[in-house]
Formats: sequence, C-alpha cells, structure tokens
Amino acid sequence: MSTVTSIPPRTRRNVELALLLLAICIVLVAYVNVGLATSGGSLPPDLLTYGVGLLVITGAFHLVLRWRASYADPLLLPIVTLLNGLGLVMIHRLDIAHSRDISEGLATRQLMWSALSVILAALVIVFLRDHRHLARYTFSMMAAGLVLLLLPLLPLIGSQVNGSNIWIQIGPLSFQPGEVAKILLTIFFAGYLVQTRDALALVGRRVLGLPLPRARDLGPILIAWLASLGVLVFERDLGSSLLFFGLFVSMLYVATERRSWIAIGLILFGGGAYLAYLMFGHVQERVLLWLHPFSDAALKVSDQLVLGLEGMGAGGLFGSGLGRGHPDLTYFAESDFIFPSFAEELGLIGAMALLLLYALLVERGLRTAIGARDGFGKLLATGLSFSVALQCFVVVGGVTRVIPLTGLTMPFLSQGGSSLLANWTIVALLLRISDQARRPAPQAADPGGLGRDDTRVVKTR
Amino acid sequence: MNAPIRRLAFVVAAMFCVLLLSTTWIQFVQAKDLADRPGNRRTLLASYSKERGAILVDGKPVAQSLPTKDQLKWIRAYPQGKEYSHVTGYYSFTYGAGGGLESAENELLSGQSDKLFYRRIVDVITGKPPQGATLELTIDAKVQQAAEEALGDQRGAVVALDPTTGAILAMVSKPQYDPNALASHNLTKVSEAWKSLNADKGRPMINRAIAGDLYPPGSTFKLVTAAAALSSGKYSPSSVVPGPRELDLPDTSATLPNFGHEICGPNGRTTLRHALEMSCNSSFGWLGLQLGPDALRSQADKFGFGQTLHVPMRVTPSVVPDELNKPQTAQAAVGQYDVRVTPLQVAMVTAGIANGGTVMSPYLVKDVRSSDLDVIDTAHPQQLSEAVRPGVADQLTSMMEDVVNSGTGRNAQIPGVQVAGKTGTAEHGEGLAAHVWFTGFAPAKNPKIAVAVVVEDGGTLRSEATGSTVSAPIAKKVMEAGLGR
Repeated sequence: MSTVTSIPPRTRRNVELALLLLAICIVLVAYVNVGLATSGGSLPPDLLTYGVGLLVITGAFHLVLRWRASYADPLLLPIVTLLNGLGLVMIHRLDIAHSRDISEGLATRQLMWSALSVILAALVIVFLRDHRHLARYTFSMMAAGLVLLLLPLLPLIGSQVNGSNIWIQIGPLSFQPGEVAKILLTIFFAGYLVQTRDALALVGRRVLGLPLPRARDLGPILIAWLASLGVLVFERDLGSSLLFFGLFVSMLYVATERRSWIAIGLILFGGGAYLAYLMFGHVQERVLLWLHPFSDAALKVSDQLVLGLEGMGAGGLFGSGLGRGHPDLTYFAESDFIFPSFAEELGLIGAMALLLLYALLVERGLRTAIGARDGFGKLLATGLSFSVALQCFVVVGGVTRVIPLTGLTMPFLSQGGSSLLANWTIVALLLRISDQARRPAPQAADPGGLGRDDTRVVKTR
Repeated sequence: MNAPIRRLAFVVAAMFCVLLLSTTWIQFVQAKDLADRPGNRRTLLASYSKERGAILVDGKPVAQSLPTKDQLKWIRAYPQGKEYSHVTGYYSFTYGAGGGLESAENELLSGQSDKLFYRRIVDVITGKPPQGATLELTIDAKVQQAAEEALGDQRGAVVALDPTTGAILAMVSKPQYDPNALASHNLTKVSEAWKSLNADKGRPMINRAIAGDLYPPGSTFKLVTAAAALSSGKYSPSSVVPGPRELDLPDTSATLPNFGHEICGPNGRTTLRHALEMSCNSSFGWLGLQLGPDALRSQADKFGFGQTLHVPMRVTPSVVPDELNKPQTAQAAVGQYDVRVTPLQVAMVTAGIANGGTVMSPYLVKDVRSSDLDVIDTAHPQQLSEAVRPGVADQLTSMMEDVVNSGTGRNAQIPGVQVAGKTGTAEHGEGLAAHVWFTGFAPAKNPKIAVAVVVEDGGTLRSEATGSTVSAPIAKKVMEAGLGR
C-alpha cells in the first residue's frame, strides 16, 4: 500500500518579486547608459524618480497578483516589465536624438500609456475572477471584434499610415483597433470552438488520406478567410491578415486536433495571398520591396527597409551601445522599426536576448494552456500566446526580410497606446488563466470518506 | 487538447529560430556588405566620429582632419587647395570619398583596414581614441610645385617618376578643383560645388594623368617602335632607313606625311638615329610596316600597355588596338590611329629606358604610419617588366640625347646636365589643335627623374604648338626641380 504525499503547489510570488526587481534594474541600467551617452557623461537627474515610479507601478501590480491571483505564473510580469521598460528607454533615446522636449516627447506619452495599461491589467485581474465568465459573451465578442477590425475602412475616421489602413483617427487621438480586435476575436474563437469542436473534429470523410470536415462545418473558416483577405486587400495590411488567419487556424487545429485544418488553412491563405499579389499593385510593391530592397525600382518606392537593415548591419555583433548609434536615421524607429533600433544599439546579442524574452513569454503562455483545466481556458491561453508569437514573427520577420514588411507594432516595445493596452490585457488574461491552472484543485471530498485511497475506483491524475 | 498545444509550441520555437537566423544573417553575415553600401549614412557618420588619417608630402599634410564644433566632429581640410586635388581626391559627407587616395586608401585612412587590426586592439586596451592611418607619399613637393606652375592654366597632365624605383614624384592634372569645397560641412554649398564641377566642360574631376579618355601618344610612341626595331636585332641606331617627305601607305591612296612635309635626309634616306632626332614619320611608319603589328604590340605590352595598375588609384590601361591592317600599322608606329595612352604610361616607357630597360611599378604611397607616426607598412620598389635589354636601353638613351642636343627636344636642355627625351605632337581630329607631348629623363647617366608632359589642344599656343615649343619647357622645369636646381 502506497501513501500519496501531495506537495502543495507553491505560489512563487517571491520569485516573481525578485525577477521583477532584476527587470527594473536592467531597465534603469539601460536608462543610465542612454543618459551617459547623450549628455556627455553625467547621470540622468531624474533616475531616482523613474526608478521609484517604475517600482511603484509594477510593484502595485505584483501586490494585486498576491491578493487576487497568487498562483499566477511568476515569469510573465517580469518579462513584460522588462520589455515595456526597455521600449520606454529606446523611445526616450529617440526623443533625445530628434531633440523632442521631455514634456512633449513620445516617451512621456508612452509612460502614461504604460501606467494606464498596468492599471487596466490590474482591473482585469481584480474583477475577472474566473476567465470562464468570458465564454458567455462569445458572439458579442465576435460582433465587436469584426466591427473594430473594419473600423479603419470607414471614410471619416479611418486614416492611412505608412501605406496601411489600420488606424482610426478621432480628433487628436489615433488608435489601431486591430490590437483590441485581436483579443476579442481570440475570446470568440475560443468560445466558439469549445462549443463546436466535436462536430468539427469527428464528422467528415477522408480525401487523399486527409480527414476533411463537412462542407457546412467549413463555414466559419471560410468567413475568417474572407475577413482576413479583406484586411489584406482593403486595409492593405498583410501583417494583420496573417495574424488573424494564423490565429484562427492554429486555434482550430488545437480544438479539433485535425491536421487537415492546417493544410486547408495554408492552401487558402497561400492561394488568397497569391491572387491578391496578381491583382493589386500595392501588394506587388510590398513583394518587390521584400525580395529586392536594394534595387533601384524598390528604392524609388521606399528606402525604409534598407535603412533598417543598414542600422542592424551597423550594430553588428555587439552593437554601438545605447545612445551611441543612429537608429533615428530610420523612419518609424520607435514603432514598427523598434526592433532594428535595438539591434543597432545592442547588437546581435541584444536582439537575440529580446527574441528569447518573447519566446519565453510565449512558452509560459502555452505552458499555461497545457495546465489549464477547462477547454475554453486552454484555447484562450493558446490563442493569446500564439498571437504574441505571430505578431513578433510578422514584425521581426518583416524587418529582417523573412516576409514582406507590414505595419504592425512589436508587443510591449513599440510606441503606441493601443498596442500597450491590448498586450497588457493579454498578459492579465494569461495571468488569470495561469492562476487557475496552477492553483491546487479544491478538495471536494472529506478525508475519511470517498477520498481514501483504498476506496478509489477512478484514478485521477 | 494538450498534444496539439505541444506541437504548436514546436511551431513557435521554429518561428523564433527563423527570426534568430534572419537576424544573425543580417547582423553578422551581411553586416560588412551593408556597411559598404554606397550612401550608407551610418558608415559615413561612423567615419566622421574618429580622426581620419592624414596624407603627408615631405612630412607636411596635404589632407588632414581638423576638429570642429559641429555634429560631425571632424572636418577634412586640404591646406594646398587645388594643387594636390588629383592626388588626394576628396572626402565629402554627401558624396563620400572619391577621386584619389581618399577613396583608393579609404580603409587605411579610416582605420578599417585589416593591416591595422593589431593596432586597433592596442588602442582599445590603452584606451586611445581610434584613428586612421597616415600616408606618407612619394611625391616631392618641389617637383609637384614646379609641374603645377609650369603647366599653368593649360589643360593637360604632368607625371614624374623616379626611374629606379617607380616612385611617383609629381602628378598634376589640369584643370583641378578645390577638394575643400566638397569637404565643407555646409551641405548646400557642397551640393552646389558638386553640381558645378560636374557640369564643367573642362571636366576638372578627372585625373588626366592616369584616367579619363586617354590621349594619342603621337611621336612619343616612336620610342616604342624604335625599341621594337632595336630589340629585333635587325636594326641599329646607324641602320639606314627610308625617309621621304611622305610614306605611301599600302592598300590605300593615303600617305603618311612628315611634319611640315620635310624630307629626312638626302635622297629620302636617313639613319634610325637621325630619324628619331628629327621625328621622321615616314621612317617610323616604314619601320612599323617592316616589324608588323604584333611586334609593336608586344613591345608596348612589355612597357606596361594593357595592364591595369593601381598606384593605388586605378590606372586606365593604355592600348595598342588588337586588329591593325597595314596602313593602320604604319600610323600606329608613329602614335596615331587608335593607340591611346595615359601620361603615366608614357612616363613609364621613358623611365624603363632610363632604368636600363627595366620598368618599375609606379607607386604613390611610401609609408603607412599609425597615428603616432610609427611606420606600419613601407612600400618596396617592384619590378614590373623587362621592356628591353640593357644594351638596347643604352642605344635608345643615346638617341634620345641627340633629340635634346640637336633635334626636336632642344627646349628641354638643362645647362650642365645631359637630358634625354622625345617630343610628340598628336593630332586628334580635323581642325583641332594637336595634343603636344614631351617625355624625357635626366641626367642621361644615372637618371634621377623621368617625366611625361601632355598639353591638350596645344595649350596657350593653340595650333602653333608643338611638343618642342610647349611641352619641352615644362618638362625642363620639372626635371630641374627634380635635380635640385
């Protein structure tokens, strides 16, 4: 007779706190570096203010986690704090390069948005006690998500930035609604797929060895396909299109465990993208810039990608050091091209470190999905994590010529309020799901009764 | 659902691996190509952030970097202005390095060269600010100045060599430009200067001494023809050759007339020695026909024709055309038809003769020095080719002495010094004044300096000009400067 000794799972909140302090230290060292390089050798006078400010904001969030989600994954908060903080430092550094005053600089606004985002994330943790509540709003989420996605196409408020129609502009406020739509649609996909996964997974027939679903079950994937093609063609944005479609296909695959969805998805997307290439001049332009960025024909259109590549090349292995390179020579150096900015000043080593931070973030998210006890939670965590991975791939792949360049922001690093709000919300949701995944299951039975080993008939894991 | 999530995690890992690879590709593999891309502003800014090496002539800078208070930190200055423009070239923020050593030795001057690798490491360890290497040139300031002044405002070029080493003692090409105008940090003015220099019909940015459209060598090419004849063993300076007023060319009704339609000797016959002294076209045309195009071409190649030299600027190869029929061969033998040369190549022919038949590779950089003037690299004179046997070189020297003593080159005589030389008057089109040449060396025994002078379109004398009247006096002044007179 064996006795089962159960080790109570540990909350790991102290690990989180230690890593959080480390992350803040790294950010402050980066800030000091910029100060030393740009002011001719003196420490930035506001170092203490920023340090304490950063500590207060993220420390408060840490306390909220202790209070309301004590079993949440301990790595997520330090990673995104580090990314967000480094992004702030780089934006501040570019403010200096462009001689923008600190009061009207982009860094100050980004700092404000960061604080707002953390507050929003804390509110999500406080008020969303159980992520499964979200499943009740599946179809409202879809409606809201589609509306947001198509909002930039409206004549008055839609605005074109950098060739893509993925912005809306209301008065002085500009906003990328796709960032929020990403979350809403992920919630919708998770809710919808949890309900229909059995039908999608089990019914169908085999064609050429691939188990194909029924024609009527193909409906949702066709709608998603058309919507993503619409984004590609009408909003001129390959990145968003790839993001939404890839998100949907991957979640469909996880829900149904049928590889045929991936095959169908790849064929549909590849075919659609090729058709769009044949039909639309702006798509051909993007492809030309991607394949032959140094050709005269491409340089006539844009030298943006080339400037970014030259920046990365100038960074080399070790980089110029923060504040010592010329990332300001690249357009959108603080948003779409913030990765080349880091690659230039921190070198290949720094760029790799950033990529590994993202990889770690996504891996923790997928780990949460595996640990989650409910299907909705699994799908939601998978979708949210994979969306971060896809977005990194689209952005970094775009600036390093893996795929055509598109106008998406790098999560947490890039300047932009909508992006920060959305990504901190994603982290809040992941934290919420991971809290439930790691929390010990409530003891349902009394120790003297059914719970006794010798009376157990069903083996639980 | 856990199995597909795990598989998805592999997909994510693969995606990040692709990004790591693409980033590595750009920042490690492609980094140098990207940095070398023309118009890369980062490379340019980086090159301004440290002191660029100076270019020295006799220990004094002809190009140097001076600290400024503006964003670029260093400005390039050329204290001698136009005089060395074709030697140094220019270093411009907008247009990069070009035109001369600034471009040809950019890696050394900017400190990027692999030759400086060890020095860079020492600098990093000792905490010294990195600096480019300094170049000490072979140019002799006195010779350069003499050439500069003697050529004056006429279009053309002067090259002076040390025949025994190949060191370039002077290199002047006119018209010139002021590289300071391109090095300025006032970018509007730089762009205006650039536009006006490029629009200038005189094409001041071209170094006529080693590049450009090249010149017909005219009668200076008779040295090559004479060398081929003497090397063949069938002729000596005293061999009697025909010298009529004009040579009937085979297969055509055209003729090859002498200058001024003069006859070269009694009964239209003369010696080879006298034919060179008087620069008889008919004699050398006939000689060319006897020797054939292959002998002419191979002799020219032995003097360096057809080779792309780097001094370290690229020298456009001089050419004798590949296909020559008989009339063309006769014309080529007197330096007409499509024979094209650089003044440097003509100087190399003369220097080869002066040096007992051995042509030395021309070079411009004597020493490469670190910022604290330690010598990193020293040029070693190198033999380019054996153009003629020493005996033939002696014969040619003696014939060239006659040219200066009693022939067409009398204007190049230097009192107390035996000069050897050859004139040339190269026609290059109906109604255009000829390009006039002189090439020679001094002293005839133990030569110290060999020069080639070309003045375009007859210089100030226009159609009255000959190599004798315009170019020989210039060569004389340059040689005098080289001999310390």
